[in-house]
Parts: sequence; C-alpha cells; structure tokens
Amino acid sequence: MKTSRVASYFKIPKLSYRVWRVWRRDQDVFMKTYKVNFIPPLVEPIFYLIGFGFGLGGFVQLVEDVPYIDFIAPALVATSMMYSSFFECTYGSFVRMYYQKTFDAIIATPVNLEEVIAGELLWGATKSLINSSIVLGVILLFGLVYTQFFLLILPLSFLVGLLFSAIAMCFTAITPNIDSFNYPAFLFITPMFILSGTFFPMERLPTEVQTVASIFFPLAHATKLTRALTLEGLSATLLLNLAWLLVTTPFFFVLSINLMKKRLIK
Amino acid sequence: MQEVIIQAESLTKKFGDLVAVDNIDFKVFKGECFGFLGPNGAGKTTTMKMVHCVLPLTAGKLTVAGMNVTMQAREIKKMIGVAPQEDNLDPDFTVFHNLMVYARYFDVPQEEARRRSEELLKFVQLDEKRSVIIDQLSAGMKRRLILARALINEPQILILDEPTTGLDPQARHLIWDKIKSLQKQGVTIVLTTHYMEEAAQLCDRTLIMDYGKIIEEGTPSDLIKKHVGEEVLEVAYDEAVLKFLRNAFPDARLEVVSDRIQVFTNQPKGVFSQILSKFSFKAAMIRDANLEDVFLKLTGRRLRE
Repeated sequence: MKTSRVASYFKIPKLSYRVWRVWRRDQDVFMKTYKVNFIPPLVEPIFYLIGFGFGLGGFVQLVEDVPYIDFIAPALVATSMMYSSFFECTYGSFVRMYYQKTFDAIIATPVNLEEVIAGELLWGATKSLINSSIVLGVILLFGLVYTQFFLLILPLSFLVGLLFSAIAMCFTAITPNIDSFNYPAFLFITPMFILSGTFFPMERLPTEVQTVASIFFPLAHATKLTRALTLEGLSATLLLNLAWLLVTTPFFFVLSINLMKKRLIK
Repeated sequence: MQEVIIQAESLTKKFGDLVAVDNIDFKVFKGECFGFLGPNGAGKTTTMKMVHCVLPLTAGKLTVAGMNVTMQAREIKKMIGVAPQEDNLDPDFTVFHNLMVYARYFDVPQEEARRRSEELLKFVQLDEKRSVIIDQLSAGMKRRLILARALINEPQILILDEPTTGLDPQARHLIWDKIKSLQKQGVTIVLTTHYMEEAAQLCDRTLIMDYGKIIEEGTPSDLIKKHVGEEVLEVAYDEAVLKFLRNAFPDARLEVVSDRIQVFTNQPKGVFSQILSKFSFKAAMIRDANLEDVFLKLTGRRLRE
C-alpha cells in the first residue's frame, strides 16, 4: 500500500512528439517579443562584470590566483541558467495553468497533460540555453574564456535548465497561489545564488555548509562545470558533478509531471 | 435505426465525498442535437468533461464512436471539438494565431490550418478581427472565436458547454444560427444550457439533470406536453380567484409565484379562453407552456448556489 503510493509519484509518463507542439507554443510567444526578452541576459552580465569584476575585483585576491573577473564570469553564465528556467516554470507556468487556462485548452486536443508539462519543462530548458548563451557571448566579448571546451556549456545549459525547470514545476504543482513562490525563490534560489561557489570559492564556507550545498544545490554543480569549461578544460572530478545532474534531472522530471497530474486531474 | 455515437452506462463521477454524476445512462445519436439541462451544479459540465476525455470516470462505462474514453482518449479527442464554458483562449496570441496554434495540436498541416482558420473566421464573422489580441474582444466575440476554435479539427462531434451564457440577444442568435448550420452539415451536437429557450430552439432531444441524476428525458415538445400541458393561464394573485380556479380546474396544478397564479392543465387547448370569455380576472393572460415551466416543475424554484 505504502510503496504503491510512493510509486504513483514516479510513474513514467507517456510522451510523444506532441511534447514539441507545446514547446512550439511557448516559443511562438517568446519570439513575438524577442527583442525585450534579450535585454536581461544581455545587460545584466555587463553590469555585473563592470561592477563586481573591475570594481570589486581590485580588492579581491583569490587563493587560486585567478583574476576575480575571470572567476565570476562563468558563475554569471551558470546563474542565468538557473534564473531563466526556474522562473519560467514557476511564475510562467503557473500563469499559463491557473490564470490563462492554457493547459485546459490544450488537453482538450490530442495532446495529453503529461505532454503539456514535458513541453513546458523543455521550454524552460530552452530558455536556459538561450539566456546563458547570450551571457556566454558577453563574457567571450570581454575576453574571459580561455578554453575551447566552452562550447560544451551549450548542452550543459540545457541539462541544468531542465533540472531547474523540473524542480520549479514541482513547486508549481503544490503552490496554493502565485505569492507562495516567494518561499522557494527566497529560501532556495537566493541562498543558492550566494552559496554555490558563485562569487567566492565554496571552500571559504564552513564544511557543513559546503556539504549541504554540494548535496542540495544544483547551482553548485552547474557553476563548477561551467567554470571548468571557461577556465581550465576537462578533468575527472567533473564527472561527479555531471553525474549528480544526470541523476537528479530525470528524478525531478518524472516527479514534477506526476505532481502536476495529481493537481490537475481529479 | 439510428446510430449511437455516445453511450454512457452507469456513469459515475465522485470528487471525494461529493457525487457529481450519479450512475447515469444516456445515448446520443449521430447527427442529432442533444441538450443537457439542469441547474448549476447538476453535473452537466462534469459529464461533458468525461465525454471529451479530460476527466477520468469513477465508475461505469462511456464510449464515443464505439471507443472507450479511458483507453482511446487520444483517438476520441481527434474527432471532438470542444467549446468550454470558461474562456480559455490563449491571451498571448491574436485571434488568427489562436486558431493556427490550436490547429497544430491536432497535427493539421500549416497550409491547411491557414485555409481552415480563414474559413472559420468568416463563418463566425470575425475576419475583421483577425489581428486583434484576445483581451480586446467582447464576450460575444470570444464565444464566437471559441466556437471557431472548436471546429478547427473538423470534428464529427461538437461539445458546447453553455455556449451563449452572458451574451446579448444578437450574439446569442448568431451562435444559434451557426449551431443549426453545423447540425445540417452532419455534426453531432451535444450542448449544456440552463436557458430553456435555447434548448427548445436547438435540441432534438434533451435530458434534465439534477443533483447528478437524470430526472427526465425526451424531446422538448414531449416534455412540455407531459409535464405542463399545452397552455398556461396566468392571473394576478387573489385569494378568491385562487379558490375559484381550483374549483374550475380540479385536475389542474396551480402554482403561486410571487404575485401571480399559474394554472397548468392536461386538458386540450381552449379551456382557458373559454373561462376568460365568461369571467374577467385581473392581469390575465394565456401563454404557451414552455420548457422553462417543465424545468421549474422538475427541479424546483430553490436557488442552488
């Protein structure tokens, strides 16, 4: 009895190519206003680089002997993956689900609810790819990328985006209202933004905090990988970070779809 | 023999302890216009949602075109068009783009989708509004667009959940015309309404639901004849008049509604005009019995919500 209840949260969804119909819908909306959509990922990193890199960077001496601006540049790419996908699948998906009734309209067609949610998740991952690519372009222009492996950041951003989308969708499935997204946004995303080795090395933190961060913070792994791919290139320890992402992503992908089914199909 | 296109047997839907649809049976024949009537909360919309496969059944059996709604949802949804009660047009798109995006969910090829969208916008008289964003449409325009959207997959069955609620008479008559012309083209129409005039205008057969159960079923005219007769006499309320009418029509059903007395009888037409020619009552009138009389007789006058 108890195991079947748990199993009901991890039923493998039945998906078809129709997932992409939902993805296309979100893409069409995005393209209608693409000019304004490109402003945040283009402008934000420039000011971060100027302010923190050049400004604050003059006071900062890292152990690794890396210029501070080189250190934070890949973190800006990684945090843009997190923010773009997480907000797409919390506020964005919630508005489509609850206020616009878009999901209701779509499931009256041959597209089923699992495919709607999967399409949303893939769109969130795509948003991560788009936004972080723009940030990556900015740091390339600033001359802050030192290896050819930076191209691997593109597929990485999709994977990281998919994970954050899936985590976001779990919150969307259980949130009573749109204001309650403040809980995950400020109790999960904000600490993660600060404590994931983004603006200072994680080793500066107490060991307990480091442990918690590397177990629970996807951004810690995303930052580690992104930084390697702009500064040093590949190394064996990165496999651990990648493995962490490859295990958690399908877990939350399946969980979020089942949670949404429980919310929407009575 | 008519071909059955939708069939429900012991269909039941529960939400927790609430029994929204309570063990109902019905058949819809191909090509007819079938109406579900009932007060708010009667279970009409819940039944519709089970027919178009977005709500799982709690018990019973439901087939559409011979296919089981639980097993073959995708196949069924391909052949059904749905105009839901609440507006769920996509506010991120224009009128035209709403149809195009919706066509994509049905795998309609782009060129064909364009052709159908153009045609449907003409059909519902919205072609001048094609580039307008949804927010700027009036309620009537939105209902027409929802109807057009429901037709984008060229459905064999059209489900209309309260298609004219909240519309002005002009918009309502336009929608009625469109529904009639679709039925002529061979589309099976299933609609829910609590406007009895709408049901009488459109439906070949109707079914009245209350508290999740079917309480009556038949053609509008049969139901009227059976339950309220052909004519109704209405006069201003007066104690003496009420007594007099009771004696004059011992078999009739008399009902006092606010300040009026209504007399229903099974006797043939003409009995009321006979009595009016002999006696005069205050504010007397004879009118045809209608489906609303049936509805109120069967479901009562108590408010539901």
